[in-house]
Amino acid sequence: MMAARTRHGWTMWRQALLALLLLILLPAAAQAAPSFPQFTGLVTDAANVIPADQKAALEAKLKALQQQTGRQLVVATIPDLQGYDIADYGYQLGRSWGVGLKGADNGAILIVAPNEHKVRVEVGYGLEPVLTDAFSSVVIQQAIVPRFKAGDMVGGISAGVDALAQQLSLPDDQAKAKLAEAVKQFDQSHHARNRGSHIPFGAIIWIVIVGVVVVSHIGRRASRGRYYGGGGGSNWPIWLWAASEMMDNNHRGGGSWGGGGSSGGDSGGGGWTGGGFSGGGGGSFGGGGASGSW
Amino acid sequence: MSRRLSLAPALFAPVAALALGGCGINSVPTAEENAKARWADVQNEYQRRADLVPNLVATVKGYAKQESTVLVGVTEARAKATSIQVSANDLKDPSKLQQFGAAQGQLSAALGRLLSVTENYPDLKSNTNFLALQSQLEGTENRITIARRDYNASVQQYNTLIRTFPNSIGAKVFYGAKPMQTFEATAPNAQSAPTVNF
Repeated sequence: MMAARTRHGWTMWRQALLALLLLILLPAAAQAAPSFPQFTGLVTDAANVIPADQKAALEAKLKALQQQTGRQLVVATIPDLQGYDIADYGYQLGRSWGVGLKGADNGAILIVAPNEHKVRVEVGYGLEPVLTDAFSSVVIQQAIVPRFKAGDMVGGISAGVDALAQQLSLPDDQAKAKLAEAVKQFDQSHHARNRGSHIPFGAIIWIVIVGVVVVSHIGRRASRGRYYGGGGGSNWPIWLWAASEMMDNNHRGGGSWGGGGSSGGDSGGGGWTGGGFSGGGGGSFGGGGASGSW
Repeated sequence: MSRRLSLAPALFAPVAALALGGCGINSVPTAEENAKARWADVQNEYQRRADLVPNLVATVKGYAKQESTVLVGVTEARAKATSIQVSANDLKDPSKLQQFGAAQGQLSAALGRLLSVTENYPDLKSNTNFLALQSQLEGTENRITIARRDYNASVQQYNTLIRTFPNSIGAKVFYGAKPMQTFEATAPNAQSAPTVNF
């Protein structure tokens, strides 16, 4: 009888906790308006318009680009824009996938919506000086749209990728220093995550603090009257210091695990400029690029 | 009984630290700075648009000199729009933001007129320089929309933060924080009745 009641109480607690969790998570979920396909590779063909062999060739091209330049160019075919303008959809897709590296924001996406007859080059913040709006527009109007109009989806995508990749391969000294830094950070955070050795410094500090306090109190109780009169108020500065230290630590911790936007794929492959698909690097987008339709 | 009392300070300390950390000492200024940075982005994008205008006007002038009223209108609207800047400290003042929005809205309207006029000049429309400028203008309008949306989201986050428990305590006690203003897209004359000066 007693056991049954406590078990009942436990499930109630669990339900309450779950409800609380949902309440916390719900607003975040409600804000992300369009839903995006899974970011499965440098060519994410969600609309199924690229045959397998051509897809492999495109992926090899994009992989080589990422290895050589550190910049990430992604091809995405989208079956349904869900009523959004492709520019509106595009930047949110880029942010959601985290194409490019966090900090360098050196990602770009060639987005094709075959059903809506829309195409867009979405350019991350860091690549805006390289893939300018005007250049993106020229690529779309001259390399992509004429082929799409003729019904040659793969040819258009491939021509677009070639033009964009060529532009992205041009040397750009200013961007290089920034890129090197971002690659280092990505590789570091990725390594740490792969080994699963993220040390929760905040928690350790807390455990130490509480431990010291409890031990000192027990010790003081045992020897009360010999050393101290028993006044406990003199510890204040230490607590304040510990508190500020704590908050500092929390603050700094934020950056390191906010890193990857969506590194769901096989993340074993030798860092950002190594081979293999390593997902997005948390790059951000602000509406650079150009759109077209056919 | 006395044992429980003597442990109380030990428990009090972490609670006090948590309370300090949890009541917005760090999170309120962080959110505020974030919103200010997003506002800087908004202004940058508007500046970028303003920087495109002289080039655009010069290009159109080469083909459509007779449209001088439209061209002058754009130039004037640009001058007015660039003269109004909202500093990060004015983001809590709704009238400043409204002025800024109205001036930029007028420039949008003038640019819209200019682009619709260009429809009548096929030579201009096929000019590569003009096409490039047009795509840049489109891209910039797109960036403005996104920057504005990001700014509004960060303002909403800040406003929610300073009005909800427990951060509201820190916001009030330490910072006297006031809500920031969001920046709405204004179609010209959508928000305010036109004023007529005789």
